[in-house]
Amino acid sequence: MIALIPLFPLIGFLINGSWYAFVQAAPGRRKAGSGITGAIATMAILGSFVVSCLLFLQLQGLPPESRVLEQTLFPWMTFAGFKLDMAFRLDSLSTLFTLVVSGVGTLIHIYSIGYMSHDATPGKFFAYLNLFCFAMLMLVLGASLPILFLGWEGVGLCSYLLIGYWYSDPEKASAGKKAFVVNRVGDFGFLLGMFLIFTAFGTLDFEALRSAIVHGGHAALPEGVAVTTVTAICLLLFVGCMGKSAQIPLYVWLPDAMAGPTPVSALIHAATMVTSGIYMVARLNFLYSLSPTAMAVVAAVGGVTAFFAATIAITQKDIKKVLAYSTVSQLGYMFLACGVGAFTAGVFHVITHAFFKALLFLGAGSVIHGMHEEQDIMKMGGLRAKMPVTFATFALGWLAICGIPPFSGFFSKDEILWLAFSSEHGSVLLWGLGALTAVMTAFYMTRLFTLTFLGKPRFSEAHGEKHGHGHGHGDDHSHGHAPAGVHESPFSMTGPLQVLALLSLIGGFMGIPHMSWLEHWLAPVIPAHQATGHVAAEMEWVLMGVSVAGAALGIFLAIRLYADLELPRQFATKWAGLYRVLFNKWYVDELYERTLVRPIHALSQGLWKNFDVAVIDRIVLSFGRASQWSGQTVRTIQTGSIQFYALVLLIGIVLSVGYLIYGLA
Amino acid sequence: MIQQVEPWVVLSFCAAIFFIGFAGVLIRRNILVVLMCIELMLNAVNLTFVTFSKELQHLGGQMSVLFIITVAAAESAVGLALVIAMFRTLRGVDTDQIRLLRE
Repeated sequence: MIALIPLFPLIGFLINGSWYAFVQAAPGRRKAGSGITGAIATMAILGSFVVSCLLFLQLQGLPPESRVLEQTLFPWMTFAGFKLDMAFRLDSLSTLFTLVVSGVGTLIHIYSIGYMSHDATPGKFFAYLNLFCFAMLMLVLGASLPILFLGWEGVGLCSYLLIGYWYSDPEKASAGKKAFVVNRVGDFGFLLGMFLIFTAFGTLDFEALRSAIVHGGHAALPEGVAVTTVTAICLLLFVGCMGKSAQIPLYVWLPDAMAGPTPVSALIHAATMVTSGIYMVARLNFLYSLSPTAMAVVAAVGGVTAFFAATIAITQKDIKKVLAYSTVSQLGYMFLACGVGAFTAGVFHVITHAFFKALLFLGAGSVIHGMHEEQDIMKMGGLRAKMPVTFATFALGWLAICGIPPFSGFFSKDEILWLAFSSEHGSVLLWGLGALTAVMTAFYMTRLFTLTFLGKPRFSEAHGEKHGHGHGHGDDHSHGHAPAGVHESPFSMTGPLQVLALLSLIGGFMGIPHMSWLEHWLAPVIPAHQATGHVAAEMEWVLMGVSVAGAALGIFLAIRLYADLELPRQFATKWAGLYRVLFNKWYVDELYERTLVRPIHALSQGLWKNFDVAVIDRIVLSFGRASQWSGQTVRTIQTGSIQFYALVLLIGIVLSVGYLIYGLA
Repeated sequence: MIQQVEPWVVLSFCAAIFFIGFAGVLIRRNILVVLMCIELMLNAVNLTFVTFSKELQHLGGQMSVLFIITVAAAESAVGLALVIAMFRTLRGVDTDQIRLLRE
């Protein structure tokens, strides 16, 4: 039954994919619309969601310690001493992920039907989207690291395909390539970590690993495995997470990944795929908890990424870029949680983030759709009246990400901040980093919200000229004049927005501090966090107050500042240097370009010209030339004259008969 | 009493005819003549078979002759058809013209 969860999207992919590839790929052939292909894909992922729900209920009926379902499909590899089955395992952690992936996935599929209605090849799009869901579900259901890795690579491939979906634009195609190449760096670390696990523990199965380490609820090093080995394993696997979950230094691909269609950004680059790094760390929490060094690195990288990405998000002007950096920042939060040992809080934030970030991205998509592909927030404003549903739902997502109680983001973010402060791995420094990031998050999200929905429209002139509408070409381009066509999106798009808004509103209640259903539920996989004695319990309320006050401060500042665009402009000129650095994303892309891309490019050029062409090609070509030359030489005896051949034949016969008669004697 | 012809006389005669035919194949450029020369060679071989058949008191030689005559008839038919086809395409029956495989 577990195998049905990834099977449905695979079937959807095969139907849509083969229909597109074999029937419709011919040029000039009419493509199926987004309605029918989208319906097939949605049915497929909806099937997964239904099965996930059923299995969730089944798990819930079991006693907590035996909440594991397994299914082995077939033996995959068998060597001497190594056996690997194609096996799926559903436990309390993976069931949460299957629910989120298939649930949010279903909503985004429905949304895509509306969003991709003007696209030329929706069949291809939905086939890729289903393939992604298949790979992602395999990732979270895999019973061992290699199965997880299969899914890991599968989602990477789909991410590449979907970022470069509009591949005729070279910029978008190269964004896809960038994502793929950067992820390859991370996968290298992942593979090495996997090999090291096998050398150290002799198994790659999660359950076997766990039983090798955890005895009676306590994680302990098995005989013959050094702490340094475990640290190396954890750090190498974390390199994989850096790539897939966009952490410093491998985060650069995610903002560029916004070149893909917006539903893809919502599903892959916000809600699901990028959280697979957190999933893996949470899955191997017993391993990470053995290595304080690795934990410290994870927490530090997460915290710094959260802060760093938030600083960039403040100055970006592209609505999707802001959300992309926000995603990087929130992912940093999740790793911060994992690094201080609060794996449950990390998973909690994955879930709430999936709700509100998917909502924000889809809302942004709705805005972009309504504004006819305009993505610059400086050219928006005042959309509240034009797009009431998008406005209302986006507002809920905005409050959730800012961490205003009782929205979902508040609970998960506060849990992370509290544990960053109070846990044995945590520190005031990490807490301060997180809290500062929370203020900045509130600030840049409010900026985005204000510039997009509030204030006066700033798009009439630019928009009217861009599209050559006859509107407003009189003497005055008065403010408040809407160009023709800024419209609310169809119900297939606003419907999912409303569902996600509801989830963003109530999603946090699964993890209310001190009576967290989530912590209880995850207890078989992630040991419940021990209450630590060195921090007074009252501190929790104080810190909660501080973070809410911080969020409120961020919101207040941004609303005051961006009510009138003159004020931010003055700030930008006053601190021009800082503004330029932030606007140019700390010049990290340029730094990588200088230090990595260009040297490698130069090296490749040199090898190509001085070794490949000069040495290898010459050797290979000389073989070709030798046979050409010998052919030219020998062909001269081939005159084409039959009678000449007959003469040669005669001579040959005479010689061989002569040999038979006289030579043998 | 009828004077028996010595076998070496017949065989020499056959060899002479065979090589006359072969020389014709090698030298002549007219394909019809070449075909006739091939017939000459075949019949020289036939005569040899018959000679040995008589000398060795074995009917296999005569059997072969019958086969060769049959196959030669078919071969001439095919050969003449080819000559006609060649004449239609090349407007000539000169063997020097059929060197298309050279390049």
